[in-house]
Amino acid sequence: MTPIEIEIQVIAIVVSVACALPGVFLVLRRMALMSDAITHTVLLGIVLAFFIVESLSSPLLLFGAAAMGVLTITLVEAVRRTGLVREDASIGLVFPALFSIAVILIARFAGNVHLDTDAVLLGELAFAPFRRLRPGGIDLGPRALWVMGGILLFDLLFIIVFFKELKITTFDPALAAALGFSPIVMHYAFMSIVSITAVGAFDAVGSVLVVALMIAPPAAAYLLSDRLWVVLLLSALFAALAALTGFWAAWLADASIAGSMATMAGIFFLLAFLLAPERGVVAGARRRARQRIAFAQLMLAIHLFNHEDTPEAEEESRVEHLGRHLRWRPDFARRIVRRAVAADWVHRVNGRLGLTDRGRDAARTALAG
Amino acid sequence: MNLFRELFFDYTLRTVALGAGSLGAVSGTLGAFAVLRRQSLLGDAISHAALPGIVLAFLLTGSKNTLVLVLGAAVAGWIGMLFVLSVVRGSRIPSDSALGIVLSVFFGLGLVLLTYTQRLPTASQAGLDTFLFGQAATLLMRDVAVIAGLGAVAVMAVAVFWKEFKLLSFDPEFGATLGVPMRSMEIVLTTVLVVAIVIGLQTVGVVLMSAMVVAPAAAARQWTNRLGRMVLLSALFGAAAGVSGALISASTRNLPTGPTIVLAATVIVALSMAFAPERGLVWAGIRRRRSRRAIQVDAVLEDLFALAQQHEDGTHGHPVAVLEAMSGGRTGVEATLRVLESRRLARRLPDDAWALTPEGLREAEARRSTRSSTA
Repeated sequence: MTPIEIEIQVIAIVVSVACALPGVFLVLRRMALMSDAITHTVLLGIVLAFFIVESLSSPLLLFGAAAMGVLTITLVEAVRRTGLVREDASIGLVFPALFSIAVILIARFAGNVHLDTDAVLLGELAFAPFRRLRPGGIDLGPRALWVMGGILLFDLLFIIVFFKELKITTFDPALAAALGFSPIVMHYAFMSIVSITAVGAFDAVGSVLVVALMIAPPAAAYLLSDRLWVVLLLSALFAALAALTGFWAAWLADASIAGSMATMAGIFFLLAFLLAPERGVVAGARRRARQRIAFAQLMLAIHLFNHEDTPEAEEESRVEHLGRHLRWRPDFARRIVRRAVAADWVHRVNGRLGLTDRGRDAARTALAG
Repeated sequence: MNLFRELFFDYTLRTVALGAGSLGAVSGTLGAFAVLRRQSLLGDAISHAALPGIVLAFLLTGSKNTLVLVLGAAVAGWIGMLFVLSVVRGSRIPSDSALGIVLSVFFGLGLVLLTYTQRLPTASQAGLDTFLFGQAATLLMRDVAVIAGLGAVAVMAVAVFWKEFKLLSFDPEFGATLGVPMRSMEIVLTTVLVVAIVIGLQTVGVVLMSAMVVAPAAAARQWTNRLGRMVLLSALFGAAAGVSGALISASTRNLPTGPTIVLAATVIVALSMAFAPERGLVWAGIRRRRSRRAIQVDAVLEDLFALAQQHEDGTHGHPVAVLEAMSGGRTGVEATLRVLESRRLARRLPDDAWALTPEGLREAEARRSTRSSTA
């Protein structure tokens, strides 16, 4: 690995973790798509700030972008509060409009400046190591690493200091208000954090990757645990893994690193969705299959119990007959009988089934409810 | 009116206006259902999710034919949408997160494929990235035919499944009790929405297509409470935004089409939210002012009457300061008095004192008696 490659990977990990941590609260607060809105509208903030300072390297651009993020949230809230459109439509109205203004401003007034909408949207992590921080000629490393490292520390500090407040306003805003924590103040404080993180990250990797990293790792972690701090840790871990695997996948295919990281984040989510031990699709299907078998075995016991000592018992207790009465296919019926015999609920005497004491008890308990 | 002459004689302009207009009408029609079902952002997810489909369709066929690319986009958008539906149904992930994941991950995958394609020595992929921001100027009559053809299919589907879509939008549980297969209908509706979105990608672009789903419908919603009218209006607004945006951008240098169309749609929404009868913010503001004024008039009249009853002489004057003190901090007592004066219910005496006129006395008495009889 060349030093450049190592630097790219370090930046990728720092960016991913910095996005994933606030992302946990975005997912839990059902505001995931605000990240989509903010990452688009910051472009307008950058353009407007650029018109004022007329420089692309000024840190003021990032402040303009972060301010536009907060303005976006305020506007979405204002439109929603008119009561004329719902929240989803409010987001869908505000951010395309602001983004359109930005694109038009760039096309008309900044055509000859390197202010490229493609670069903003798609990002190119591969170039990040080439923009270095050189105060007084001393090479301190890539600028993105310093910016995102600072933002990561800031996010961590915010989450640690306000952990209790974030937790309570996220899960029970009414209780939070009753206890004297203002959910509104917390909302704007938290969204400012999201805004700053999104701005710093999209400068390094482009806006679409920011959305992927803010939502996919936290969502995957949310399927694996019910404890907030575990979800935070897991989502940081998934984000870092997505960064590393994404980088190498992109290296192999010679393709966009940002896109590849987003894809890997999606694959991690898909794995969690399918394989999560309790909530996964596979675990759910297996649980349902197990319940179906257990239920069938109980049905067999009840069926035999109902006909015990009746004139039809002779007929009803034949294995071949189960198909007609319980609507079971022959192989399913044989399987259930085998299980019931193994569980010592049923014994088999010349092709007929009879209940054991244990099976009779099970049927009786089930019928008694 | 040069623009209108050009619209008839300029081939490019006519093509662009026709394409943008028909895609606006189609996305407006389907957007009405998306907005009513609180799925405004489904369009955003679908349009982003379409990107890998566009690139894959190109990689597999090597063709840049609009129909091929649009079909690829539709398949990818459809898969993304099924993924959203099954994640929401099969886990505790909230729907907005599911949308966000599909949006960004599919788009990321599309980016990987796009950059991979760009580095292939054989293929010339130029033009694929116009799908990101859209480029109406490159529309050909052939593309417009694809837009109009697929759009007509989508609109026809809405006509055929009108009743089902209506149930789905307002009361799916009731629909299920009627025996309508609501889950399948949901998939049908979303599939049609996918079609409506992918036909707009080439003109408006992936990033902004979602606005064409939300804005016309949100505007139409302000004007009516009936679904039929709302869908028609929404289609009309969508077409208007498409045509006007395309024309404005074509007649000005350096004005990209997609953003101009979106801003035209945004203006329509803003006007509708402000001026639509009944729901419009302007009328609501006027109504609020009027009722506040009526209450104030009532209160000051009442206060003057109370003062009049404490005096032998009912027309004795009282200074404004007294009325202000009685009003308990309400502002605008003087203005209200002037309203009363203009209705000849009160009159100004020297030294800025006010008293009820005989009519005012009668009026206040009448109001008090109706109040006590209804109480």
